[in-house]
Amino acid sequence: MAVPLRRPQQEERDMISEDDVRYVARLARLHIEQDEAARMTGELAKILAHVDKMSELAIADVPPTAHVLDVVNVTREDKERPSLPREEALHNAPAVSDDCFRVPRMG
Amino acid sequence: MTTLDPLRLTARDAKRLLVDGEISAAELTKVYLDQIAAVEPKVRAYILVTSDNAAKYSTKVDREMQAMRGPLAGLPIAVKDNMVTEGVTTTCASRILHNYQPVYTATAVRQVWEDHVVMLGKTNLDEFAMGSSTENSSCQVTANPWDLSTVPGGSSGGSAAAVAAGEALWALGSDTGGSIRQPASLCGIVGMKPTYGAVSRYGLIAFASSLDQIGPLTRSVYDCALLLQHLVGRDPRDATSVELPEPVALPSAERLDGLRMGVPSEYLAVGIEPGVRARFDETLARVEELGATCVEISLPHTEYALPAYYIIAPAEASANLARFDGVRYGYRCADPVDLTDLYERTRGEGFGPEVKRRIMIGTYALSAGYYDAYYGRAQKVRTLVRRDFEAAFAEVDLIASPTSPTVAFKAGSRTDDPLAMYMSDVCTIPANLAGLPAISIPCGLSDGLPVGLQLIGPAFSENRMLEAAHALEGAIGFDTAPPFADPRPRPEAEGWNPGGITYRPEDAQS
Amino acid sequence: MNGDRRQPIEGGAGGAPLTGRWEPVIGLEMHVELDTQTKMFCGCAVTKGDDPNLHTCPVCLAHPGALPVVNRRAVEYAVRIALALNCTVQPRNIFHRKNYFYPDLPKAYQISQYDEPLATGGWFEYWVDGEKLRCRINRVHMEEDAAKLVHAGGETGRIAGSDYSMVDFNRGGTPLIEIVTEPDVPSPEAAREFLHQLRATVVALGVSECNMEEGQVRWDANVSVRPAGSEQLGTRTELKNMNSFRYLQQALDAEIPRQVEALEAGEVIEQETLHFDPDTGTTTPLRSKEEAHDYRYFPEPDLVPLEIAPAWVEGLRATQPELPAARVERFMGQYGLSRADATVLGSSGALAGFYEEVVAAGAGDKPAANWTMGEYLAHLNAAGLEAGHGHVTAERLARLVKLVEDGTVSTSAAKDVFTRMIEERAEPEAIIEEHGLGQISDTSELEAIVSGVVAANPAQVEQYRGGKQQVIGYFVGQVMKASGGRANPQVVNDLLRRALDA
Repeated sequence: MAVPLRRPQQEERDMISEDDVRYVARLARLHIEQDEAARMTGELAKILAHVDKMSELAIADVPPTAHVLDVVNVTREDKERPSLPREEALHNAPAVSDDCFRVPRMG
Repeated sequence: MTTLDPLRLTARDAKRLLVDGEISAAELTKVYLDQIAAVEPKVRAYILVTSDNAAKYSTKVDREMQAMRGPLAGLPIAVKDNMVTEGVTTTCASRILHNYQPVYTATAVRQVWEDHVVMLGKTNLDEFAMGSSTENSSCQVTANPWDLSTVPGGSSGGSAAAVAAGEALWALGSDTGGSIRQPASLCGIVGMKPTYGAVSRYGLIAFASSLDQIGPLTRSVYDCALLLQHLVGRDPRDATSVELPEPVALPSAERLDGLRMGVPSEYLAVGIEPGVRARFDETLARVEELGATCVEISLPHTEYALPAYYIIAPAEASANLARFDGVRYGYRCADPVDLTDLYERTRGEGFGPEVKRRIMIGTYALSAGYYDAYYGRAQKVRTLVRRDFEAAFAEVDLIASPTSPTVAFKAGSRTDDPLAMYMSDVCTIPANLAGLPAISIPCGLSDGLPVGLQLIGPAFSENRMLEAAHALEGAIGFDTAPPFADPRPRPEAEGWNPGGITYRPEDAQS
Repeated sequence: MNGDRRQPIEGGAGGAPLTGRWEPVIGLEMHVELDTQTKMFCGCAVTKGDDPNLHTCPVCLAHPGALPVVNRRAVEYAVRIALALNCTVQPRNIFHRKNYFYPDLPKAYQISQYDEPLATGGWFEYWVDGEKLRCRINRVHMEEDAAKLVHAGGETGRIAGSDYSMVDFNRGGTPLIEIVTEPDVPSPEAAREFLHQLRATVVALGVSECNMEEGQVRWDANVSVRPAGSEQLGTRTELKNMNSFRYLQQALDAEIPRQVEALEAGEVIEQETLHFDPDTGTTTPLRSKEEAHDYRYFPEPDLVPLEIAPAWVEGLRATQPELPAARVERFMGQYGLSRADATVLGSSGALAGFYEEVVAAGAGDKPAANWTMGEYLAHLNAAGLEAGHGHVTAERLARLVKLVEDGTVSTSAAKDVFTRMIEERAEPEAIIEEHGLGQISDTSELEAIVSGVVAANPAQVEQYRGGKQQVIGYFVGQVMKASGGRANPQVVNDLLRRALDA
């Protein structure tokens, strides 16, 4: 993937701002309080600074490991297996309506 | 009936007693239920003790001993609470699953259930298996039976403490960055992570999909092999599971003649506590006494393994934990005003701080503009770590290191500094990145607290590793009974910085 | 390549001065739900129209610890689609996670394909108004369908104004194939034809019924405009999730002029997703979610790569069903049909099969074509039946056609016979016999009727003999009436001329 970096400068790359933290929290659908955001920014910045150690390596030509196994072509036959009875499927649901999982208004 | 000491009994011995009729399954289970009653108030290893079920099932095993005659029948086991068990609440030590009733059972658990083990209960863990001390549990704090003011390690701290405290004969745990081996080391027991893919992950609540494995925590290497035999096998429901090239064998070796044992210099440069280092060096001497040769090797990219792990694991976790949204199961926030509120408050209230931190790091690392710098780069570092091991295993048969840089640390001593906590896994993480099997066995005490020796082998070398561990275990002769000591101050090790670990080349074995 | 087909649009709509000519640039995405037995990643049955949440399991409900496993047949069907579109089937492909939150996506990621898809680089030829066009295919990839969302409590059943929503996971996890074209489609009409013919091709492969009412096939259109003849691409907008050809064309017919107007007014086109309202005929932006596009793709760690063996692909290629385009050409050659007729008969496998059965049973190529496209097709449409499932078998229709060919029954009487064949499910011969519908061709019998008619209409005879040749039509009509419509028109014509010219 040739996705251009948002911030080209090396030294800024490992810093994360509170705005970044709020953006990422939104992306991850995590509600964080004001003070939580501030604290988290510090913690994440420290972790990212440590992680940034990886940028010392010149590894443009190294292939990534997406799968540590040397296995390919694991598939299954197109054969039906019993589904859950509906009561079991709905059993853990916090809110049910007309045999469906109910969620609050999306608009 | 002989008086059994749950702090010393092995599965092998227990099985012999059952087969010889010296004890019934119900009596054996009662030994552990009694021990749980006695020490749980101090240890708090279990989130849920299924005592009624255990008592009833053990009675059934006795009644149907003819039909239920397999090698595991009647042996009491504890299961880490991140493996789903149908009919038994499974929480992952998280508020977001506090009431989750699984509709199916994890394959590995089902396999041992089908061999008629008696499940004693679900053990405590760091929430979603994220942590190295079990302090991230939203349920309770588990204490290390060796010193109740210290942590049992994590994330399988509950399982490790239960086995060490005699509250279970053996236990199942999971290992993503060391979560079986490190607590085993801190609790003075045996813990093993198999080759990635050897044990099905179906039903293991996913943390990092490309790193997670289920494995045994036991009181002996033989027990570990015995339990492993019943955990392995390709599962059609897990596309990443594979059949081992040869069946797991029960070890009997007493010598290590001809074995080349690699000792990676980089693992000894990461600030190993002096007492731990001393035990390790003594163990290496034993290794040579048993006929092996110790060879210094280099795994040059070791220092990059932890950074890579702390991108890959949170990235995969951020996606794996996105399904916890209050729609189909689990916790839901009160009175959500709309969908976004439902998602944000359910997850904000349901997840603990460490889980949130990792989801944030992971989401960030995958987000637009950052993939190449973080996740993409980490996956390349992973390739380099794998290649390091491949090169090393061309020269040596197994690799030895301390499992953990320190012995059990005081509860609360690292909770303010996530990075310090992460450093607990610096010796264990590389094996997860490379998908290699690794085992920890106790190799002595330091200041009264257990020290663990780690062996790492090439992929699918479980048998070779178990045999070597067995031989070493015999030579070391570790006494596996924890004292349940009251908290006492530990003398500061000279030159030791308890707050953090730094890379110190001068400490490397020369 | 299709430049000369692009419909240049005159600017200056609404009376503004003409500033230039524009051409539309359209790219299409088609999503096809496969007719496999089970879902893409689990063994739940793929069903239609069942009560909610009857076909779920830990995997498609995204319970903790559940894992996906690829459905082999879905891969086979995907390769067949790729081959039909002349794509290169990649030797290795992997799945990626596409991450976003929505209630119809239980894992909060869709297992899809990203930069290593199943197939790339193909093309599809299609016909618009008698002209052949070619659209390049960018890729064909596999993914899983989302669950079904129903919005409740509002007036319109749409999200806006609803109080709550309900999720039915029966559909969630159904194998979905995505076909993405290059922006080669030159007009709304071409887009409609392209999708129509592409759909027919997928149906012919037998991998999906592509039922549009049930949403088994849906499409998105990306549309932009540019100055006629330019090579640059303008900013495009996206029209999403349509399952009607008509709406697609209407939407494009609305959006293209809107863009032209905007550009001519000096405005900038926003890259956004639009919703088409068929009632008002306008496109409006959907509420944009800023992070909606940050899908954080990464390789799916729970699945291993697929390495597609060339030998397997060749095996599939050798057993591909005949596709509509090829069949149309074959019908033209083999049966001497016009392209228009061959297209009507050849596009649908069922109708084509029926036609060929009629021919095989002995009817002539052209008459069989006319009867199949005419009476038979009308019958199917009226009765809501599929070809081959009508109330007249191919064999019986063939017999009827032959009876017309050999003069036993006239064409017009035969239509009556056909109607009775549907109602009575009887043989044509029996119906002709029972209802006395046989054509009278016997000269002597007809001579008598002709003489009678001529004798009874002296005024018309005078007219005819006086030069008004067309009056013969009146006589033919009278003869037909007298014979109960059964007279052989050809013989009647000969006899009348002989009688009148005498």
